[in-house]
Amino acid sequence: VFSIKSYSALNLYSCSLKNEDLKEMLESNKESLKLEAMKRIVGLIAKGKNASELFPAVVKNVASKNIELKKLVYVYLVRYAEEQQDLALLSISTFQRALKDPNQLIRASALRVLSSIRVPIIVPIMMLAIKEAATDLSPYVRKTAAHAIQKLYSLDPEQKEHLIEVIDKLLKDKSTLVAGSVVMAFEEVCPDRIDLIHKNYRKLCNLLVDVEEWGQVVIITMLTRYARTQFLSPWREDALFDENSEKAFYDSDVEKEKADSKPYMMDPDHRLLLRNTKPLLQSRNTAVVMAVAQLYWHLAPKQEVSIVTKSLVRLLRSHREVQYIVLQNIATMSIQRKGMFEPFLKSFYVRSTDATHIKTLKLEILTNLATEANISTILREFQTYVKSQDKQFAATTIQAIGRCATNISEITDTCLNGLVLLLSNRDETVVAECVVVIKKLLQTQPSQHSDIIKHMAKLLDNITVPMARASILWLIGEYCERVPKIAPDVLRKVAKSFTSEEDIVKLQTLNLAAKLYLTNSKQTKLLTQYILNLGKYDQNYDIRDRTRFLRQLIVPNEKSGALSKYAKRILLASKPAPVLESAFKDRDRFQLGTLSHTLNAKASGYLELSDWPTVAPDQSVRNVEVMEPQSLERQPSTRGSDLFAYHLLVLLCSDSDDAKEKKRPKPKLDSVSSHSKASSSSDNTASSGSESEEDTDSDSEPEQKKKKKLRTALCEFQAAPSIRVSSPVFVPPKSHELLHRMSGKGLAVSYHFPRQPCAYSHRMVSVQLTLTNGRDQPLEDICVGEAGPPGIAIHRFATIERLQPEASITVSMGIDFNDSTQAANFQLCTKTDQFSVSIQPAVGELLMPVTMTEQDFLKEQGQLTGMNESSVTITIAPDSMSSQPVGRKVVSVANMGVVPSSQNSIHRFAAKTVSSGSLVLSSVVLQEASTAKLVVNTEKTVLGSVLLRELKTALSQG
Amino acid sequence: MIHSLFLVSTAGHIFLEKHWKSVISRSVCDYLFEAQGKASAPENVPPVIATPHHYLISVYRDRIFFVAVIQTEVPPLFVIEFLHRVAETFQDYFGECSEASIKDNVVIVYELLEEMLDNGFPLATEANILKEMIKPPTILRSVVNTITGGSSNVGGTLPTGQLSNIPWRRTGVKYTNNEAYFDVVEEIDAILDKSGTVVFAEIQGVIDACVKLSGMPDLTLSFVNPRLLDDVSFHPCVRFKRWEAERVLSFIPPDGNFRLMSYHVNAQNLVAIPVYVKQNVSFFETGSSGRLDITVGPKQTMGKTIEDVVITVHMPKVVLNANLTTNQGTSTYDPVTKVLVWDIGKLNQQKVPNLKGSLSLQSGAPRPDENPTLNIDLRIQQLAISGLKVNRLNMFGEKYKPFKGVKYVTKAGKFQVRT
Repeated sequence: VFSIKSYSALNLYSCSLKNEDLKEMLESNKESLKLEAMKRIVGLIAKGKNASELFPAVVKNVASKNIELKKLVYVYLVRYAEEQQDLALLSISTFQRALKDPNQLIRASALRVLSSIRVPIIVPIMMLAIKEAATDLSPYVRKTAAHAIQKLYSLDPEQKEHLIEVIDKLLKDKSTLVAGSVVMAFEEVCPDRIDLIHKNYRKLCNLLVDVEEWGQVVIITMLTRYARTQFLSPWREDALFDENSEKAFYDSDVEKEKADSKPYMMDPDHRLLLRNTKPLLQSRNTAVVMAVAQLYWHLAPKQEVSIVTKSLVRLLRSHREVQYIVLQNIATMSIQRKGMFEPFLKSFYVRSTDATHIKTLKLEILTNLATEANISTILREFQTYVKSQDKQFAATTIQAIGRCATNISEITDTCLNGLVLLLSNRDETVVAECVVVIKKLLQTQPSQHSDIIKHMAKLLDNITVPMARASILWLIGEYCERVPKIAPDVLRKVAKSFTSEEDIVKLQTLNLAAKLYLTNSKQTKLLTQYILNLGKYDQNYDIRDRTRFLRQLIVPNEKSGALSKYAKRILLASKPAPVLESAFKDRDRFQLGTLSHTLNAKASGYLELSDWPTVAPDQSVRNVEVMEPQSLERQPSTRGSDLFAYHLLVLLCSDSDDAKEKKRPKPKLDSVSSHSKASSSSDNTASSGSESEEDTDSDSEPEQKKKKKLRTALCEFQAAPSIRVSSPVFVPPKSHELLHRMSGKGLAVSYHFPRQPCAYSHRMVSVQLTLTNGRDQPLEDICVGEAGPPGIAIHRFATIERLQPEASITVSMGIDFNDSTQAANFQLCTKTDQFSVSIQPAVGELLMPVTMTEQDFLKEQGQLTGMNESSVTITIAPDSMSSQPVGRKVVSVANMGVVPSSQNSIHRFAAKTVSSGSLVLSSVVLQEASTAKLVVNTEKTVLGSVLLRELKTALSQG
Repeated sequence: MIHSLFLVSTAGHIFLEKHWKSVISRSVCDYLFEAQGKASAPENVPPVIATPHHYLISVYRDRIFFVAVIQTEVPPLFVIEFLHRVAETFQDYFGECSEASIKDNVVIVYELLEEMLDNGFPLATEANILKEMIKPPTILRSVVNTITGGSSNVGGTLPTGQLSNIPWRRTGVKYTNNEAYFDVVEEIDAILDKSGTVVFAEIQGVIDACVKLSGMPDLTLSFVNPRLLDDVSFHPCVRFKRWEAERVLSFIPPDGNFRLMSYHVNAQNLVAIPVYVKQNVSFFETGSSGRLDITVGPKQTMGKTIEDVVITVHMPKVVLNANLTTNQGTSTYDPVTKVLVWDIGKLNQQKVPNLKGSLSLQSGAPRPDENPTLNIDLRIQQLAISGLKVNRLNMFGEKYKPFKGVKYVTKAGKFQVRT
């Protein structure tokens, strides 16, 4: 009988019991003894001791009620099942039972263990379990299923096809918990099945901010690869990347001759990815920041890449290992894009406490960043490093100086002089490195430097580092004609020490001898013969070879053929100067941030980043037919969730505390909305079970229908190739007051037009209201009351239950102004009060921008003449005469898109009215003497004339 | 992704191994030992080592190598970040991350590692979730366990955080005293040259929080001068949108201690260097000796006292001993590691601390040609050197009145004076 206390007092780790005793403990009927035994066994496993012979005794406890005991048995099973396959099978039925347990944690851990037992016989059971778990109601179990996919794949790759089916299913999952894990499985099992991603692309982009950190890294890496196969390169000269870079249009005029050279427009999905990853640069997780940085490096237009700089520099404050990886990536980036890191030059200054590999990398980056402008600062810094106590680092610094000197010709002389001074340094490593670098520098311009060569010849007496000696000898041999007196003397000295030299020095001695023999045979003939004889009997065959070769080449005899005539031209040919290059020069062939990049070699499982396609692949593959309800995961204002592209998502769900493990009752389908809503109701996602979601169901129902309509509407626009809705040009939002704090009894409301397509209906203009509670008590039940006039439809925002004092909230609503500038009147109600307010739209906000080609513009304009055209000649403010101000002023007044124009003096803009979709075209023709002709064409004549008036005011103001 | 994990002491003893896939022999660590042999210090071992069949990615901290064995392509930072997260979890659970504490708690360590990774992919890394699954050891619990024969350390249900949209917070948190403390800690990184001119200086800061509030509080922290903040990174709880739009930190905090944000102060603002240092270290060509004379005094301190001033000097190898006298604090020279430490304490205006004396060098060895760098440590209470100030902290969502506090501290980060 064992007493527990006596064991517990001992240290678990160091105490070792005999296996026999442990077995006895496991077989006892006391739970505590069993647990104690298992703890000891886990201690053994941790130490790497073999505990496999206890397998039969341990496996009996697999069905224990004690959770801790059970978990420890799991640990043991996973470790030894592979070795004891037959016995392991005994436990399988327990897991199969546990897979049906009502507790999700138990289901999940059973699947984890079952899939970790690497026993081939149970592959079919695993497959079944994975398929079942992939449809589990708990997202946690589904996440475990995603992990199990990879385990099964590594156990039996033949299951690939079945597993891909499961991956496809899980990719459609809307839970943020699952997203990272399933993408991981995708990367391991079928990274080439890019087609599985298409339909999920937008969802993944939108979920990204809310996925846990580790999943973010995996998803970002995968999407980088995806984007490189699906989008056109944004790195074109004439590319139009963004809303505010109209300049590109006008500069590309030269190329307009080519009929088919359309200006580059970034795919909205491409932009979506860039936009949704950007906030992650602020993540605390360094891997996430690096992942976003590499995404921008590989996908963003050149001028946008630099937004990642600050974040990367920030990572340099992190752990040493993080610094190492980040510096490597910066080193690669800094070769191509000096400008990105130049402002942060000082962040790469070396500290005496840095680790060796960090110092070397910083030096590399400083060298890459050197320009004529900053070289003096860098050299001053380098001078400090050369004096470092770490001599290896000092030597690396000298190499760096050498590289700067060759790259920037202005400073070559300065560097050379500095290096010569260093030749008198006490440390040999430093001197030797100097010699090597000076040799390389001299090769680029040898003519002026015979003094230095003489100086180096003197050094030969003291230097012992072979590489340095060899370098000096080579220098003297190569430029022997410049130092005719010294060269033979040097040869004499090395001839004396020849036998005790290193091989590399011997080879250079032979070279020197041969060269001197050819140029100054009178003085050196005997010496050369002597050295050649020594070389002939050297132990190293390379040296014997070289000796034989040189003898045949330079010493004329009857056997030596035609070659010896050219001996001088062969040996003393002018040699190209070495190019001193960064070790990181070709590293960018690997995707940044990868292991392969760090190793500078392809790691197994590395997935190549493809080149941009030359022809744009079909964009429509990413369209999702049924607008899926976005996951209602987070609270309204959580993190960046509302960065969504089309502002489709209205986050109404409050915090969901726990997934109640039951199906939520299907919300009753209202007769109007006939389309399926099954995806959100039957699929119990992470947020399900929260009651507030049910509250909003009645709201979201028609909303989804509208979303679908919007989507179809968008698709229709896309179908007509010439005229497409484009994203609005960014203008700072102008806020208008809706309700003053005084008249609203403490409730202040302002509104602005975000110029986003409205989520509720494509006929509506979206309006954002910001409500602020200026009272000292909370306001309750704020909602929209009666609305009018009859022609105007309003989509109300959901009732705000409570607004705390000092708090403010932003809600969006949609208003169909029916293409008129008539004000929309409605009532804002709180629990106690009602306020009548009205929103008077500016005419420019009733539009949505479209793009079209110049030809289409002219064609459409031609059809909208007569009644439909209104024009005026205006005096334009002098600063508006150039292209950009005109564009800016027009879009600040009206939400219009820019149409490329072939003439510098004509600016064209196009839009559609939001409600009826009628085309509105506008052109500004700049004329002499600060006048311009302004034309507006539209069948909505009233709207046209109001727009004309507003544009006129805007353009004539300074 | 991560295949196996080995914990190795500096002495080369593998004291823990855990495998998430097939077992990999511990002999793979020989490649690490080989690299360690080549490196002059454990810090200099390269974090990524390629071996014929595996890749080793390791971090070195608290005198332990955390070695992850990888077989296929993976972002190295992913692994490095994770390994540091493991070390931080140990620190959090056992109060320290050391070989002894890991060995003492080997079962908990194993249970933790089991939850943190599944098939080599991180599963739960949030401290709040882990603590619900595996309870940290406490003295009380270990006593109870000894007497009753062990109650379970392991939770039987899935932690609520794992499924919620705020995984960093547990539900059902209750405190009798509700309090929230924020420490604004700023560090000055600087390099001064021989003459005392600033070569490089910048301020980095963090806001560490200790929040013990019941329920689901929603906090808003605003600054008087948020413009000072140039580059920021946040705990996942911070709503980035609000920051972008209003420059306030709005968040539902994790329970307990956490780092709310780290920031970098705008480079245009000149950094006030709080101390001046006059130094003269020289070695003589003859007589194998040298002289050292260091004076430190307060400069721009905004009326606060500078405390805990320590100057550390890594001497060249040839310095055998130092014979130094000081008018304040104590100085010690360790002839083995060649480190001179001068612990000064408080700096006051009246008396300027000075350290001087002679250095004896190894006879016959050449005079070192570089003078050693001085590393300075200091601390100023109740001051954020950048001038950053918290404006107010508001709480929504709960009814009680919490106790709130903000503390400012300035420290020296990597503060070096070249000589």
